[in-house]
Amino acid sequence: MIRIATAILAALLLQIAPAAAETPEEKGKRIAVEADDYDSGFGDSVADGTMVLRNKQGKESVRTFQARTLEVENDGDKSLNVFSKPRDVNGTAVLTYTHREGDDDQWLYLPALKRVKRISSSNKSGSYVGSEFSYEDLTTPEVTKYDYKFLRDEACPGDESLQCYVLDRFPKDKASGYKRQTVWLEHKTYRTYKIEYYDRKNAFLKTLTYHDYSQYLDRYWRPGKMAMVNHQTGKSTDMVWSEYRFRTGLSDSDFKPNRLKRLR
Amino acid sequence: MARRRLALLLAYALAGSAIPAAAQDDAAESEQEDGWLTGEHEFTGYVAAEVRAFFDASAHLDQKPARVQPALLLQPEYRYDFNDGDDRLTLIPFVRLDATDRDRTHGDLREANWQHLGSDWDLTVGLGKVFWGVTESRHLVDIINQTDALEDPDEEDKLGQPLINLNYFTDWGTFGVFYMPAFRQRPFPGRDGRLRSAIPVDDDHPDYESDLRELHPDAALRWSHSIEDWDVGIYHFHGTGREPRTPLGVEPSLRPRLVPTYDIIDQTGLDVQLTQGAWLWKGEAISRWNNGDNQFFASVAGFEYTFFGVFESDADIGLLVEYLWDGRNSTAPVTSADNDVFGGVRLTMNDVDDTSFLIGVAVDKKTQATSLAIEAERRIGDDWKIELEASGFFGVPVEDVPLSGFRKDDFVQIRLFRFF
Repeated sequence: MIRIATAILAALLLQIAPAAAETPEEKGKRIAVEADDYDSGFGDSVADGTMVLRNKQGKESVRTFQARTLEVENDGDKSLNVFSKPRDVNGTAVLTYTHREGDDDQWLYLPALKRVKRISSSNKSGSYVGSEFSYEDLTTPEVTKYDYKFLRDEACPGDESLQCYVLDRFPKDKASGYKRQTVWLEHKTYRTYKIEYYDRKNAFLKTLTYHDYSQYLDRYWRPGKMAMVNHQTGKSTDMVWSEYRFRTGLSDSDFKPNRLKRLR
Repeated sequence: MARRRLALLLAYALAGSAIPAAAQDDAAESEQEDGWLTGEHEFTGYVAAEVRAFFDASAHLDQKPARVQPALLLQPEYRYDFNDGDDRLTLIPFVRLDATDRDRTHGDLREANWQHLGSDWDLTVGLGKVFWGVTESRHLVDIINQTDALEDPDEEDKLGQPLINLNYFTDWGTFGVFYMPAFRQRPFPGRDGRLRSAIPVDDDHPDYESDLRELHPDAALRWSHSIEDWDVGIYHFHGTGREPRTPLGVEPSLRPRLVPTYDIIDQTGLDVQLTQGAWLWKGEAISRWNNGDNQFFASVAGFEYTFFGVFESDADIGLLVEYLWDGRNSTAPVTSADNDVFGGVRLTMNDVDDTSFLIGVAVDKKTQATSLAIEAERRIGDDWKIELEASGFFGVPVEDVPLSGFRKDDFVQIRLFRFF
């Protein structure tokens, strides 16, 4: 009898204890892990991207590319972006193996020379093809690469009918261009609604907002548009996504550096 | 002969441009179906205007005195993707119309091939282009394609190579088999042209070691792999050496000429790159047999280090240092890269127009002969690009061939591209 009572008590304590003792750091990390789990299992995806780069004066420049992603078990995703515009870089491709630990691997394919070039992946904070997105903004935010801190709950920016978690994440990598990022994640589906980026000096640098979400395979949410505004330079980049396809049959072979030579 | 080839290439180019316009609507309508006739056509390419200006009057007998050399370049690219993207036909003709050097007015099929992608293998049949190597100052291990020496002395322009290439992808690397049923000899600048040897190479009358001449079948096997921070490739090539020996001969008119002579060679090559943070460590090495010299080694090794985001901007500065060594004796094809140090600085602005600059200097350790190369480029608007190139040769002694042939050929060149 006493034994049963103790067991029940222990069970109750176990139930309550984590919630009661969870620090903002632990809660932030838990949400990030849940978000990561929610999106896992998509297998592979292909989507068409269009980037519209705008300078301070509003002058526009357009890049189009196809983004292919392969989910890798127990490691970061593999991604391949193949550009078709501007026309002088037609066929140029960037292949990235993201890793949960250590540096990512990255290759550049130059079709005019038929040359595959392994490039340094330390360039995390550098501009991606002249846009306001940096390399690190476009790689999957692996949970292991950040420390977290839960801040508060509030209505999601852009859709007041939904509730969002607001949390700070702090990149562990010294090569990151950021001291911290404040992220808005929707409660039920863990969709990102907004990210605010703070540079290394902790000065407010950029805001990224997500728009026009659609659901695929009855589970995975993908944005139709991601809008990045740089507050320090006045420049902005819209990334518009279309033609999302999932489980297209891409395999590991399609993401081998040597395979890049067959793109063009 | 050259003129007829050119006409043929132009005909190909025009045929290529006519097909997509007619077939594009069909492709859109039947996008859902797979197969031969329902693929996607793509027609792209560029046209460019080029002006090359030399600082000095020509050094050699018979060279045209004009210091300004304008030219027009056209490279249309046609691709037909079918069978759900698993098959592709590619046709890329190239034409240069040169105002000064008659031999430099030439055309070529850079690519004309069928490619099939399997799940862990691929096959290419036709005229293709293959690049091997990692270093910047010399492309030592690159051997499949013949160099188009008419375009530029930098050996980066290549002729389309007839080949059958099968690649097999495994977890232990990629295995490639290359069968080349025919050889293409290197085109050289003519008597009129600049950037040639003091005595011109007579590419109308080549000599071959093999009785089969340009129909000697050549073959290569290559293994390459990316393991963690390493990218490695090893190959063996047997067949017609791409570099000719150039013994002295005489034309029927008794003018001296160099006779391009192609040997059947064996070559084993290795290329390695180690990528660690901002450091790229690179090396290439070859051993070649029966190219005049019975056997010799050659290598290029060095590094590239990049400072990212310099001066709180988006710009990157890369430093390149490479050491070139070549142990061939005087019976082998002549090279200037026998014992040289190369240093370079690359500035990449990472701006909307992809502006970049590269300055490279190579110094011969023995003769102190120095060659300088400057390249700059940027996009203009969406469809245009401008490219600036300068090349200079300093303190080249007469015995440092083939470089000494270029000693009065310092030039600047501007190219304006229109992409379509």
